[in-house]
Amino acid sequence: MRVALFITCFNDTLFPETGRATVRVLERLGVEVDFPVEQTCCGQMHFNTGYQREAIPLVRRFVEVFEPYDAVVAPSGSCVGMVRELYGRAAELAGDAELARGVEALVPRVFELSEFLVNGLGVTDIGAYYPHRVTYHPTCHSLRMLRVGEAPLKLLRAVRGLDLVELPQAEECCGFGGTFAVKNAETSTAMLSDKLHHVKETGAEAVAAGDNSCLLHIGGGLQRGQDGIDTVHLAEILDATERR
Amino acid sequence: MTSAKHAPDAFSKGKTPTFEVSARESLADHQLRRNLGKATKTIRGKRAEAVGEMPDWEELREAGRALKERTMRHLDHYLVELEESVKRAGGHVHWARDGEEANRIIAEIARSHEAREVVKVKSIATDETRLNEHLESEGIEAVETDLAELIIQLAGETSSHILVPAIHKNRAEIRTLFMRELGLDDLSDEPEALTEAARLYLRKKFLGAKVGVSGANFAVAETGTVCVVESEGNGRMCTTLPPVLVTLMGIEKLIPEWRDFEVFMQTLPRSSTAERMNPYTSFWTGVSPESGDGPEEFHLVLLDNGRTDVLADEIGRQSLNCIRCSACLNVCPVYERTGGHAYNSVYPGPIGAILTPQLVGIGKPGPDSLPYASSLCGACYDVCPVKINIPEVLIHLRGKVVRNHQDNDGLKGKLDPENVAMQVMAKTFSDRRLYEAAQRLALIGQWPLARSGTIHRLPGKLSGWTATRDLKALPKETFRQWWKTRKNRSGS
Repeated sequence: MRVALFITCFNDTLFPETGRATVRVLERLGVEVDFPVEQTCCGQMHFNTGYQREAIPLVRRFVEVFEPYDAVVAPSGSCVGMVRELYGRAAELAGDAELARGVEALVPRVFELSEFLVNGLGVTDIGAYYPHRVTYHPTCHSLRMLRVGEAPLKLLRAVRGLDLVELPQAEECCGFGGTFAVKNAETSTAMLSDKLHHVKETGAEAVAAGDNSCLLHIGGGLQRGQDGIDTVHLAEILDATERR
Repeated sequence: MTSAKHAPDAFSKGKTPTFEVSARESLADHQLRRNLGKATKTIRGKRAEAVGEMPDWEELREAGRALKERTMRHLDHYLVELEESVKRAGGHVHWARDGEEANRIIAEIARSHEAREVVKVKSIATDETRLNEHLESEGIEAVETDLAELIIQLAGETSSHILVPAIHKNRAEIRTLFMRELGLDDLSDEPEALTEAARLYLRKKFLGAKVGVSGANFAVAETGTVCVVESEGNGRMCTTLPPVLVTLMGIEKLIPEWRDFEVFMQTLPRSSTAERMNPYTSFWTGVSPESGDGPEEFHLVLLDNGRTDVLADEIGRQSLNCIRCSACLNVCPVYERTGGHAYNSVYPGPIGAILTPQLVGIGKPGPDSLPYASSLCGACYDVCPVKINIPEVLIHLRGKVVRNHQDNDGLKGKLDPENVAMQVMAKTFSDRRLYEAAQRLALIGQWPLARSGTIHRLPGKLSGWTATRDLKALPKETFRQWWKTRKNRSGS
């Protein structure tokens, strides 16, 4: 099976550690991972902000780059959500039947990391060791767009040493929302403020999630408040073992 | 009595502020934040319970969606059928192209009966057309009889919620208002005492009115029956006591057959007030002079006001399926914090963010800002009893807003800093080498901003982020650089 890592431009540039962890986790499970270097951005920011004409070439590029692979895995619910939910619409907007066919063929092979591990490979315990008190934020797109459900929690519960504490009002948005965080900065901050309050209530050392964009937001708030709580991507927890 | 403030909203002629600007004001009102937070959390929990006990909830949602979709596809046919059915039952039917025409028709009916006062029950459509203002200009007073509508009318405010128009007010505020406006010296803030005060005031109004004005939750094309769903019974009095009844209804409120109620009567109360069945559901079919019951004269005014334009948009048209339950408002994290007034429209919350700009048309700064009043978290779509994909429509409308700005605002649209940045980024992402160069450039560019791995302050529009949040600085090595080194080392 040829598996491609779709790193996402966000992780590539800002969170390379998440990408490294994803590669190591997959390889530990015997998956041969390739990283097609021609990949750039899935076009979500453009599409969701209204620059849809501008997103179409990025959609086309994504389909060309990942077309040869049996499976495409990304450590981001949001970017996979874009591909799964909106690529069809983008192809329709482009009025390009060939692109539409390409999207239709590729989309069922694109997975968010926890989906791929739990539903695709059928594993939950991958031998991780992470001796910390952690709370989990489900992130809106993983939760309501991809419906990853229990997959990330199953993975976390199987991590040795990890003390998983429930996050109150976990399903509520952290207020990131891409350009929303800048365009409606005050409302976004009001949402974040409640999320941070709940995170602090748990007494956790770190907030985990399957999306670094939400973690950038939550982490930015925690850092500004000098709250002494870390953020950590699910992949990095799964990558941690007794030996390293 | 204080008259309504007549603040401009998306449907009036005046320009309205953008959501960002109005939200700032609302967010600063801490009492409002507490009132809203408490109210939406309570109703959210209750709704989840009421819906949770239905084993076939998903099937009901799908049935509601399918019914509405079919209705919209054949709306022209059903509307004519409705007109015929209402006439057959002894009612009159009027067609109003826009709000002004609807107001003229209603005022004319009131004038022909020499009414100086009309009693009204909860009709958002009349708020959309600003009927009260129009009637006032013709010397006719409109008295709101729904308790919450009465509260905001007395306060000279506008509604901030589709179903609970006074959700932004607490009991203590209502007590003070009633004492002042109804001239009461002695009143507690107990709900029973407050409703009793309103009841005594309203009974007199009901008995004296010649004309009643209502909205409609549904109208059945097959039978000509109009339906109002409510909690207080004031709606029933309003639609049965005055000798003349006028109902203003958006053309999308129609359902084809009587049996379609089976679906909506299960989904609407549970979604809106978290009740298995709402206390008062009134149906009337024309007039029945021989029974001596109900109004002697009935007028149905069918309002377009932009709805046929919405119908013409393949993605946007699902917005017309809305049955005004307001479940989307109650789960929306944005609405919960800003309240309804920030939307500057009679339709607030997620449904308002898609309905308002479509009804008034793209190209006005206030309504154009509404599709952006969302983090696209998707909670609204999950609770919608007719499965309106609100995030999908929000994104679609953002596309229309941007495209209109680019294509029709000349140089200003093209030189807009956001547009320029987006064009540059689109170009960068379309070429791997440019993208990698940009990554290197960003690392150099952040040097003056980053302190020990953190950026505390960003320039320009991006300062919105760093006003309240830090930003993680870029690490020295990108993922792709690591991959290349690793690959070279392993010798493959």
